[in-house]
Amino acid sequence: MVEPKEPKIGVYICECGLNIAATVDCEKVAKLAESLPNVVVSKFYKYTCSEPGQAMIKEDIKELGLNRVVVASCSPRMHEPTFRNAVKEAGMNPACFEMANIREHCSWIHKDKEKGTKKAFELVKMAVAKAALLVPLEAQEASVTPKALVVGGGISGVQAALDIARRGFQVYLVERNPTLGGNAARLGKWFPLQQCADTCLGSCSYCILVPDLRDCYNDPNIEVFTNSEIEEVEGYVGNFKIKIRKKPTYVDKKRCVACNLCTEVCPVSVPNEFNLGMDERKAIYIPFMEAVPKTYTIDEENCIHFSSGECVENPKCKEVCVWGAVDFEQEEEMEEVEVGAIVLATGHEIFDPSTKEELNHQHPRVITTPEFERLSCIVGPTKGSLDIDGKTPEKVVFIQCVGSREKEGNAYCSRVCCMVTAKEAHTVRQRLPDAKVVVYHSDVRTFGKGQEEFFMKVKDEGVEYRRREKDGDIRVEEKGDKVVIKCEGHPDEEADLVVLAVGMIPREDAIDMSRVMNVSRSGDGFFLEAHPKLRPIDTFTDGIFLAGSCQGPKDIPDSLAQASGAAARACGIISKEKLLLGENVAFVDQDLCIGCEACLESCQFSAISLLDKDGKMVAYVNEALCKGCGTCIASCKSGAIQQRGYNDEQLLKMISALAEGDSG
Amino acid sequence: MTDEFEPNILAFCCNWCSYAAADLAGIGRMQMPTNVKVIRVMCSGRVKPEFVIKALSEGIDGVLVLGCHIGECHYTTGNHRTKKRFEVLSRLLGHMGIDPRRLRLDWASASEGDRFTEIITEFTDTIKELGPNNLADYYGRKAARVS
Repeated sequence: MVEPKEPKIGVYICECGLNIAATVDCEKVAKLAESLPNVVVSKFYKYTCSEPGQAMIKEDIKELGLNRVVVASCSPRMHEPTFRNAVKEAGMNPACFEMANIREHCSWIHKDKEKGTKKAFELVKMAVAKAALLVPLEAQEASVTPKALVVGGGISGVQAALDIARRGFQVYLVERNPTLGGNAARLGKWFPLQQCADTCLGSCSYCILVPDLRDCYNDPNIEVFTNSEIEEVEGYVGNFKIKIRKKPTYVDKKRCVACNLCTEVCPVSVPNEFNLGMDERKAIYIPFMEAVPKTYTIDEENCIHFSSGECVENPKCKEVCVWGAVDFEQEEEMEEVEVGAIVLATGHEIFDPSTKEELNHQHPRVITTPEFERLSCIVGPTKGSLDIDGKTPEKVVFIQCVGSREKEGNAYCSRVCCMVTAKEAHTVRQRLPDAKVVVYHSDVRTFGKGQEEFFMKVKDEGVEYRRREKDGDIRVEEKGDKVVIKCEGHPDEEADLVVLAVGMIPREDAIDMSRVMNVSRSGDGFFLEAHPKLRPIDTFTDGIFLAGSCQGPKDIPDSLAQASGAAARACGIISKEKLLLGENVAFVDQDLCIGCEACLESCQFSAISLLDKDGKMVAYVNEALCKGCGTCIASCKSGAIQQRGYNDEQLLKMISALAEGDSG
Repeated sequence: MTDEFEPNILAFCCNWCSYAAADLAGIGRMQMPTNVKVIRVMCSGRVKPEFVIKALSEGIDGVLVLGCHIGECHYTTGNHRTKKRFEVLSRLLGHMGIDPRRLRLDWASASEGDRFTEIITEFTDTIKELGPNNLADYYGRKAARVS
């Protein structure tokens, strides 16, 4: 920091046309300010922010050698950058500029000119008092690692990774499961369906999603870590250090050719999570046919080799693998990478309706919308057949808002279930033209592009929509080999198949991730954006951005839009060589510091740590992490920590100036 | 000037919410008493309790500390600390012979110009009722000025 010179202050009172001059006698204020300590020149002017106004200040800086400038005009939120820039152009350090707000905070809110003038002078006096103590500041720079981390290999994460990679940056993509694709890979058709021929029975995930997953996996700029988790995040925007835990798959990815011989001999069968437990898989398995990477994984929990030491099967998977890919000796590895920005795309979970006993989800005729996706998928567990117990359903009933818009519980709307229901009802219509399809809804919300049109089309196809009260009673009861839906306000309805349109909920481990990443969560448990309207992609931690349903329920187009936005935000950081850090950061006088850690506790951004200085533990502020709130300063017991631009001395001087009143 | 007591009041406003609320009141030309003068800080969490004591002991008649609403702090939880600190300070003021009503902690979001106006008007009325802060005389108004 440069030593402050003897202050030479120039004061400029702006009339802002009549905006200020109508209530404040600017000439009088300028005249009074002349007698304030350290003031060299004091003027009033019609429009100080105008070119001639700025030129006047610049000239005075050069002619009179001003090293502090006070402008009394509008709110600093309006023209502080204008004036800071002007004084900088005249060779003055912009940190030595101070503003008094005599428009928004004075002339506009008062009519009494005498009192208004008095108050304006007091505000100027306070600003001059602070200005005398301002010191030149140099904004610090930090270098940037031109790489990005994407957490989550679902559709949002893959999109973000591809976007960043296609701009030429290296990306690390970390996915905890053995395959990319996330929740979207489980979906059958995607709404609205216009782009697919209605006769196509294929699963659109395979047509639309898998090529993207492959592109992502094969992109030379993207390194994909499947079966991996984020262990630790250190550092700050531009310079994050990430520890990635790579869990063993016990199959060498490079050798495996996905021939399936291992699966055929494996004696263990467990519920297949990809098909939501609707069929079984082996202990050595591939999550789904088109999984990316297309390689097998051994499920350590269920594999006999791991549970009892020796598999009884003959031959064993290891023996039939002619490629030598099965490797029981594989060990967990830690890999450290460095990145400049992070995109969080960790997705969501599906609401579990078993907590709602009245909906009878354990009954074989009651399924959820995601289960319907697997059921209707042409390569799913039933090869696309909707038959239940070998019988084709004659009546299919959908119940909407399960786990969303609840009085107690999830208050939010999950935003996708109305369209998912419409889409699935449409699928039933197509596959089972004779079946009766009924939807119990409590408001249909088809707000997206093309959605209302699709909803109308589904209604026209003969799907019957029945409105029920959102908080009204609805229950599903067993009746012979069928179920009956008892809904308040409607006659009982028998059905062969009931589909519960379940909502989206935050991932169970979102809380752990929020701790590792130091990002906040909103009341609903999803990750919190920095501003609900203006910064919907940013988090409060600079350099970490949100994509997709980890921030809140979203459909695919919205998730992808946000993913591309997050990628652009990340590129905005990693494309820079240097990052300019904030000016008003905290700093510690380490001689005064007693190492009590009060500041550490008060810092929301983990910007302060304790360091050993000549055998004494003292606080240290990482300027790249400090956001300049100043909360630590108010908590400091020894007065050791201060904030540049808002230090105690400056603020106390302002208080004293005001306490003196309007005397000079 | 009239002989009516015109209190001298200081308000600390945080840059993101309450200062913006004050600006909005200005933009909306919402009229209020001239007694309150604002010092801008980045967060209400920056306001040291000592600032309040200093202000009151030098004769300022009332101090307002205005931040973002709880849960809306630009720095997430800065205002939680403000709240805790000022609950304690408020109690201490009583022991120091200062009417705790001379200090008010409140919240105004950036969209609440009307609320800001209300707070300023109400607080000015409260301080007018309480009358001049004689603590400065007690310590010696002049002595405070010299230091």
